[in-house]
Amino acid sequence: MTATVDDVGAAASTDGQSALTVNNLWKVFGPRADKIVGSPEADLSRADLLAQTGCTAAVRDVSFEVSPGEVFVVMGLSGSGKSTLVRCLTRLIEPTAGQVLIDGEDVVSMSDTRLRELRRHHVSMVFQHFGLLPHRKVIDNVGYGLEVRGTSKADRRSRAQEMVDLVGLSGNENAYPDQLSGGMQQRVGLARALAVDPSILLFDEPFSALDPLIRRDMQNEVIRLHHEVGKTMVFITHDLSEALKLGDRILIMRDGALIQMGTPAEVVATPADDYVRDFVSEVPRSHVLTLAWVMRPPRPDEALTGPEMAPDTIVRDAARRVIDAADPVKVVDNGQLLGVVDQDDILRVIVAEETPS
Amino acid sequence: MTVELTEIEHPAAEAPVPQDDEGGGRLRWIALGVVVVVWVILGVIFHGKGTQDLPVSQLTAFQEWLNELRNTIEDAKFNGNPIFLPIDWLSEALDWTVTQLQNLFVSDSSRPQGVAQVGWAGVVALAVWVAYALSGLRIAILALAVMLSFGWLGYWEQSIDTLIITGVSVVICVIIGLPTGIWMSRSKRVTSVLTPVLDTMQTMPSFAYLGPLVLIFGIGNPGAVVATLIYALPPLIRISAYGLSTVSPSTVEATTALGSTSTQLMTKVQLPMARRTIIVGLNQTIMAALSMAIIAAFIAGPGLGIPIIDALSVLNVGIAFVSGMCIVFMAIMLDRATSAAGERSEATSRREVNGQRRRLILGISAAVAVVVVAISHNQLRWNVFPDSEWGRRIANWVNDATDTISNSIGQFTRWLSDAFTEVFLNPPFGLDAWFVDAPWWLVSLGILAVAILLGGAGKEATPRLAAAVALGAAAVLMSGYWADSPLDMSWVIYWGAVVALLIGSSAVGGGGALIPTAASISLIFAVGLWNDSMVTLTMTLVATLFVMIFGIVVGVWMGRSRRVDATVRPFLDGLQTLPALVYLVPALAFFPAGRFLAIIAAVLYAAPVAIKITADGVRSVAGPTVEAAQSLGSSRWQMIGKVQLPMSKGSIVLSANQGLLFVLSMVVIGGLVGGGGLGFLVINGFSQREDFGKGLAAGIAITALGIMLDRITVHTAARYGRADTA
Ligand SMILES: Nc1ncnc2c1ncn2[C@@H]1O[C@H](COP(=O)(O)OP(=O)(O)O)[C@@H](O)[C@H]1O
Ligand SMILES: [Mg+2]
Repeated sequence: MTATVDDVGAAASTDGQSALTVNNLWKVFGPRADKIVGSPEADLSRADLLAQTGCTAAVRDVSFEVSPGEVFVVMGLSGSGKSTLVRCLTRLIEPTAGQVLIDGEDVVSMSDTRLRELRRHHVSMVFQHFGLLPHRKVIDNVGYGLEVRGTSKADRRSRAQEMVDLVGLSGNENAYPDQLSGGMQQRVGLARALAVDPSILLFDEPFSALDPLIRRDMQNEVIRLHHEVGKTMVFITHDLSEALKLGDRILIMRDGALIQMGTPAEVVATPADDYVRDFVSEVPRSHVLTLAWVMRPPRPDEALTGPEMAPDTIVRDAARRVIDAADPVKVVDNGQLLGVVDQDDILRVIVAEETPS
Repeated sequence: MTVELTEIEHPAAEAPVPQDDEGGGRLRWIALGVVVVVWVILGVIFHGKGTQDLPVSQLTAFQEWLNELRNTIEDAKFNGNPIFLPIDWLSEALDWTVTQLQNLFVSDSSRPQGVAQVGWAGVVALAVWVAYALSGLRIAILALAVMLSFGWLGYWEQSIDTLIITGVSVVICVIIGLPTGIWMSRSKRVTSVLTPVLDTMQTMPSFAYLGPLVLIFGIGNPGAVVATLIYALPPLIRISAYGLSTVSPSTVEATTALGSTSTQLMTKVQLPMARRTIIVGLNQTIMAALSMAIIAAFIAGPGLGIPIIDALSVLNVGIAFVSGMCIVFMAIMLDRATSAAGERSEATSRREVNGQRRRLILGISAAVAVVVVAISHNQLRWNVFPDSEWGRRIANWVNDATDTISNSIGQFTRWLSDAFTEVFLNPPFGLDAWFVDAPWWLVSLGILAVAILLGGAGKEATPRLAAAVALGAAAVLMSGYWADSPLDMSWVIYWGAVVALLIGSSAVGGGGALIPTAASISLIFAVGLWNDSMVTLTMTLVATLFVMIFGIVVGVWMGRSRRVDATVRPFLDGLQTLPALVYLVPALAFFPAGRFLAIIAAVLYAAPVAIKITADGVRSVAGPTVEAAQSLGSSRWQMIGKVQLPMSKGSIVLSANQGLLFVLSMVVIGGLVGGGGLGFLVINGFSQREDFGKGLAAGIAITALGIMLDRITVHTAARYGRADTA
């Protein structure tokens, strides 16, 4: 519980192992689904595949890696296969083909017992519809995961109480779920997931059912918890602003396939196709783009006497100084000049926001 | 939105529903009209010919064969044939259990042991304590009043006997039903196998399987318990499977994701979350068990059924009324107690603060109950319920009152009964002209034609039609109406063919009403009860007509107004908890015995279901549609006629289906009060040894009628109603 993001990151860089690796993952629903992967039909579009074989390819050939301590966001429109993907990670849905490694161990070939161990100790999940037990008090809901793995009643009560306090529900431990608001119920879901002290937390659109103000609180709560407990997180959402706010990296899906993967700035600056461009067109780019994305090589006539700034400075934060400076700002990393940014470059980003292309 | 799990079902599974094009629909109505006209004309020409009417005492070869079968089985049992050993053990175990409970709880001077271990006061104390523990103080007071009323009305022993039969059956129902429900909720295969079995169990009128059970288990306690058990089991299995499989999928998923084993999932998640639904199923099972425990008196089951059946069969309204009161009170007590237990189970588990106090009160009251039990064990006054005059007095009052009534309005009710019979039953206007007095071949063809036109012939109509013709031919050959003695084994072949066809046609699927109807008709013919079956069918159709009229009128009224619904519904719910036999009593108070009386009882019995289904259908017509129609300026009658009724068409056909089945099961019970037909033959079969085979055959014919009516309406609903009725 004491590890911070940086510790975990440091540990990761020393042993070089990723927390979660997904290789060529497929999930096909329908009759004889296992025959599809690897056949010519696998290349059909989703609609054609459904028409010809009655099968839906919910996840098609997705690969990615998540480093320890990273917040990895999967984004896409409804129906693009996000929920299926995240459920395949702990085999709540059996993958049709592909590989899932958690802490280097192959999940797909695990025995039922080992899989249950994994779910009890290493990976827990927060769901869109909370999935609380209505006949149990908050504290017993939170302690459920400990209960099924055989923790004694006293231990699980004290651990559950800790978690209830951690998510800011102190005083509600004896309430029943139906006595709580939606936001509070999801805090219970969060506490329940944290109680087993997993190394990976999965979130499937946990805040979509909440109203916007509460959603913002809960997002901040996740950011805070991430700072405090430093878990690896895989976060599913269909809301780009949520993705940009939380994600270290973002994976964008459409019709089951991976369309683009990268940092928020990469996604906003260089959308891979129209689907992604559509997504990001509404985003205030100056809030996401860094100087690395707007800088250019200095022109011969320019004086390199302006102030220096780091390449990962967000445009919005740099704007004031760039506009105030008489000369272009130098973008410098490790003492090396990468490029320059002047008033026009900044204004182009900000003006483009008001007249989206 | 709980998409994840429901999505398993929808992709590609939605086969296009065949829609009737306008032209086809009109053609069908014209064809139906032609069938009716031809039926009527030929019916007039051949009036009274080929009606296959046999006197009660004349048995066909098949019925004689059933008698033989009975003798063979009795001999085999008597000689200890190993085939019957398991059944014998089961019978003995059931008999032993019931007898032990009777020795424990029922003081009865007519039994050898005379005095019970626990006297009436002890039984009352135990009942009150259980009611208090499970359902709270108010129900405890109700239980006290009801239990005492049994004694005051003079039916203490019979009431406790009924409670014992009901209780033993319900316990076995839970032991079998809950695991089966769990199993069904976990496996689609099991569900698809068990659903038709449960359907059949529920469409079979209670009278139909009393005969076979007697054959296997004999009369008395074992037969009564098994009959009750079979009748009461389906609701518990169905409702608990439903409750378990509809436990919020997101909760199941979330708890699975935390590493629950499947046992943990069942005990910590699914069972607790489905508890209230399961208790609803238990409630229905208890009410069904009570209803059947009373009917089981026909096969010498002990309890309240005996006095009420005796009284009804000699038309003694007073005694029927008093024993009926005991039954009604018992029904109210059991219904209220289980409903309240369901409501309380959550409340008590949540109110942990009061746990200490509650335990204390329960402990003290348990101690008091034990003391009362001990006293009732030792002191005669508290053991044998003191004689009470009240039951006899009330019976006399009621008899006097009904005499007065029949003196003043008897003329009128007799006239009403005659007029009704004349208009709806007797030829030339009544339905008898079509069914009872018309030749068998005309009626068979007519029913088949209607079944095909309404319920369809199914895919590959030609082979199905051929199979139907073959079945009919076999039935004619087997029936023994013309031939003297058919070969012994051929019955077996014939039954094999019928059963195989029924199972086969339902397994192949895509079937219409043709094959089930043909099979049912040929069965009815083959068992040699054509005319009696037609008598029962006419009564069923007439009663259902009235059920539908009530259903639509009251249902629309309720569906359109929440206020009306809120006032009428508790009344209907109450009516539905009453055991079937009780319905005969008020009808008998006002009307002379006969078919009309059986029809009235059947209408009373079936109307609540039909009304509720129609009301729910009308209510479920989407609000926006009603609003849109309103904004277009529809008047009230336009709204009902053009929007609400057409859109709840599916529910109305469904209510016809349920109405028919309820009516059928009651119409046959009406055989007790002069209804005649198959019901009379069943009852007669239990009392006259030489008519047993005929009674058994009547049971088969009742089942066949039930299947026929059910299949025709179900397939009609599937073709004309919307998917929501399936
Ligand atoms: N159990 C299932 N059976 C058949 N198809 C499914 C099932 N679950 C999901 N699908 C299909 O897979 C696709 C992806 O669904 P899902 O993963 O829920 O998407 P998302 O979470 O992105 O909205 C959808 O087209 C959906 O209809
Ligand atoms: Mg989803």
